[in-house]
Amino acid sequence: MVPVSYYLILGGILFACGVAGFLIKRNLITIFMSIELMLNGVNLSFVAFAAQWQALSGQVFVFFVMVVAAAEAAVGLAIIIAVYRTRETLNVDQVNLLKL
Amino acid sequence: MLHLILFLAFGVVCVAGAVNLLVQRHPINSALSLVVVMGSLAAEYLLLGAEFVAAVQVIVYAGAVMVLFVFVIMLLNAGEEERTKGSRVAMIFGIPGMLVGSLLITWVLLEHSGTQSVAVGALPGPPKTLGWLLFHDYLLPFEVTSVLVLIAIIGAVVLAAPPESARRKD
Amino acid sequence: MTRNLHLWLIPVLPLIGAAVNGLFGKRFSRQTVVAIALLFSGAAFAMALWVASQFSSLQTPHIETFAAWLRAGDFHADFAFFLDQLSLVMLLVVTGVGFLIHIYSVGYMWEEGGFYRFFAYLNLFMFFMLTLVLASNYLLMFIGWEGVGLASYLLIGFWFTKDSAASAGKKAFIVNRIGDFGFLIALFLMIQHFGSLDFVQVAQQVMPMSPEIGAAGLLTAIGLLLMVGAAGKSAQIPLYVWLPDAMEGPTPVSALIHAATMVTAGVYMVSRSHVIFEHAPIAMMVVAIIGTLTALFAATIGVCQTDVKKVLAYSTVSQLGYMFIGCGVGAFSAGIFHLMTHAFFKGLLFLAAGSVIHAVGGEQDMRKMGGLRTKIPWTFWTMTAGTFAIAGFPPLAGFFSKDAILWKAYSSPYGNWVYWAIGVFTAFLTSFYMFRQWFLTFFGEYRGEEHLDDGHGHGGHGHGGIHESPAVMLAPLVILAVLSVCGGWIGSERFDKFLAPVFHSQTASSTAEGPSMPAEPRKEDSTETLFTGISVSAALLGFLLAWQLYHRRPELPQRIAASLGGFYQAVVHKYYVDEIYATVFVKPLIDGSTKLLWHGVDRDIIDAAVDDSADGAREVSDAVRHMQSGNIRSYAGWVAAGAAVVIFYMVWMGTR
Repeated sequence: MVPVSYYLILGGILFACGVAGFLIKRNLITIFMSIELMLNGVNLSFVAFAAQWQALSGQVFVFFVMVVAAAEAAVGLAIIIAVYRTRETLNVDQVNLLKL
Repeated sequence: MLHLILFLAFGVVCVAGAVNLLVQRHPINSALSLVVVMGSLAAEYLLLGAEFVAAVQVIVYAGAVMVLFVFVIMLLNAGEEERTKGSRVAMIFGIPGMLVGSLLITWVLLEHSGTQSVAVGALPGPPKTLGWLLFHDYLLPFEVTSVLVLIAIIGAVVLAAPPESARRKD
Repeated sequence: MTRNLHLWLIPVLPLIGAAVNGLFGKRFSRQTVVAIALLFSGAAFAMALWVASQFSSLQTPHIETFAAWLRAGDFHADFAFFLDQLSLVMLLVVTGVGFLIHIYSVGYMWEEGGFYRFFAYLNLFMFFMLTLVLASNYLLMFIGWEGVGLASYLLIGFWFTKDSAASAGKKAFIVNRIGDFGFLIALFLMIQHFGSLDFVQVAQQVMPMSPEIGAAGLLTAIGLLLMVGAAGKSAQIPLYVWLPDAMEGPTPVSALIHAATMVTAGVYMVSRSHVIFEHAPIAMMVVAIIGTLTALFAATIGVCQTDVKKVLAYSTVSQLGYMFIGCGVGAFSAGIFHLMTHAFFKGLLFLAAGSVIHAVGGEQDMRKMGGLRTKIPWTFWTMTAGTFAIAGFPPLAGFFSKDAILWKAYSSPYGNWVYWAIGVFTAFLTSFYMFRQWFLTFFGEYRGEEHLDDGHGHGGHGHGGIHESPAVMLAPLVILAVLSVCGGWIGSERFDKFLAPVFHSQTASSTAEGPSMPAEPRKEDSTETLFTGISVSAALLGFLLAWQLYHRRPELPQRIAASLGGFYQAVVHKYYVDEIYATVFVKPLIDGSTKLLWHGVDRDIIDAAVDDSADGAREVSDAVRHMQSGNIRSYAGWVAAGAAVVIFYMVWMGTR
């Protein structure tokens, strides 16, 4: 019997790692993957709550999150490809045309 | 007991994969660590009794999305990450901030959530119930999501298409 | 019952003239301007004469309320006009002398620019002065008081493009203001304690109060503050410094405002408030002391002045001192008598001096005049009449009034032999410096410039040489000369009796002065004759000394001056009073204003508040601007930070 909070802690840790990666990594694709990691952490907590409250709506929500994550990954990677074509680099620090 | 051991095992793998994603410099290594994370997460879902979600996780997330990521990495021939000067804000706020945040959440959760436990496979109902929910109560979001996917496909095709000058055939 | 004499018309007629000339005068021809100005001031004079003719049939005091004005709870003040013997005397003097000076100015100012402006201001002055004289309460009087100060400022600075004239106007106004401050506080005290500013009501409330002998109380305070106001307006110590500078204005202005009428407003006001003063002997003593000191002080300065108008200015200050001596010893009617005769002979002297200046083409320094006796005879004879009058030779006007004051200074219950002694010495000095001026201007050899065709200053018109003034200027001189000769023949006893209802009807029951007054002259007749003789001999002595020093042996004055050395220098520089005031009052005020109020408050606090808030906004935006760096990672960092704050807040709210 595992307390629900353990699952939530695990989800929290995954989320934290996702944010950390989002902030410290320089490669655009790696940043994107950190975002996926964050989403996964959130998914875990949804499922944990669904188990706790015995409600299937949590799983439905996970389902939707996954679909949206997939769509977002597709479009985002397309954008990265477009950026790579113009800027020839995947380094996020060099994508700074909006700088004053 | 077994529940706890399995949970801890897959949890450790999960966290290790996540940390590895942060530590690795080449994006392909990060991508593969992420696959590991997703796999262990699928195991966690099974422990909770969410079979359908676990299956979808493996098939869609690990099997499609991550493959897409790997494809793009290969396509763009992404190399090792260079060390460029980043942003001080990110350094200051990001790592310590999130560390503190996660510690805080951990503490809060441990303090306040009591000892309510879940048994193995605690989730009620087979996938049939899930399907019923999906097509009855959540029909609208379902349809909207499918439109969203359509838009995403179109967008991705348009954005990633080669530039005008490259199309010589038409 | 009480007839309506439409007293309000008397001030309003010159006001209309001022308005017409002021608003439209620029388009009128000079003749039209003159016609309007003389018409309205003449009408005021005619009406004053008519009122005087009706006077015996009136019940005094005759009060006419023109309109309601202020009603504030229990306090009320109206536009009301007050006519009794005192106001009648003042009214006739102001309108009469004023009208004569209007006529004179036609000739004097004919060649000047701003002709219409001059007459507009002159009529405006008449309006305010008549308001002051006819007012029935202190508040309306104060309006006239302030108004004549304004008119004085406008007229002194008439040639405002000249720096010295503009500064003199400012100085007059500011010094007057200081006096007005004292006057205002006195008014506030009256409102506080008497609930009214009406002359009749104040007198009714003060009458039953016991005199404050030996100790100072409310009435002493009011009296002293009123004296501060009078000192400012009537150029007494310490607020006399504006009057000599006021000579920058045209000579008719000096004659009207600074000799005959405005400066006498203080004397009028003190006489009007005689009930208050009679109940506050300490205040009366202060008035007498100030008057005495000023008379002496100004006379000593007048002895060494070289500008013909400045001599007359200091002489005015000195003679005003005499009037205050009269008021300060309780001889209010003697003071008013001297006011009247002074208006005649000082007005005459100023106008004649203006005629002299006009004749020599603008020169005002007496050292450059001389021997004008034969060249401008009319001016000479009229000025002679004025000079003998002011010196106090019988039977001219000045003798009667000055003698009355000197006698009362000694014999009155408030009087003192010191006042009399200083008064006699000042009379000697007055005679001396006036005859000095007379000899220097009209006798001896002409010491001025040879050719006067291109005259400088005033009167740059093309007649060559020294010439007599036109008839329009000479006629007022002759009239005033006649008045200076005959004006005193009414005698001080008859004048006293005429003014008795004003000054004695109310005081008969309270002070000891009433019953003793008629007894004194009979008992002390021989002493009075002796004193009269002494004052006449003082005048004669002054004449002889001036004759000796400035006619027979003209080299003597320089030797005397050289031997007196430092003292002479001090007198020539007017005892450095202006310099002292500048260092003690003006400079600290200006420095304090500049450093504290301008730099400290206006610049560093008020302006800084505005500037610094603008700067602050700019700096804040400058700092916040760095958020938009174009650096994606920093955006990410900010997003994460924001999210952390929100999470933290929600957790905190959840655990509470």
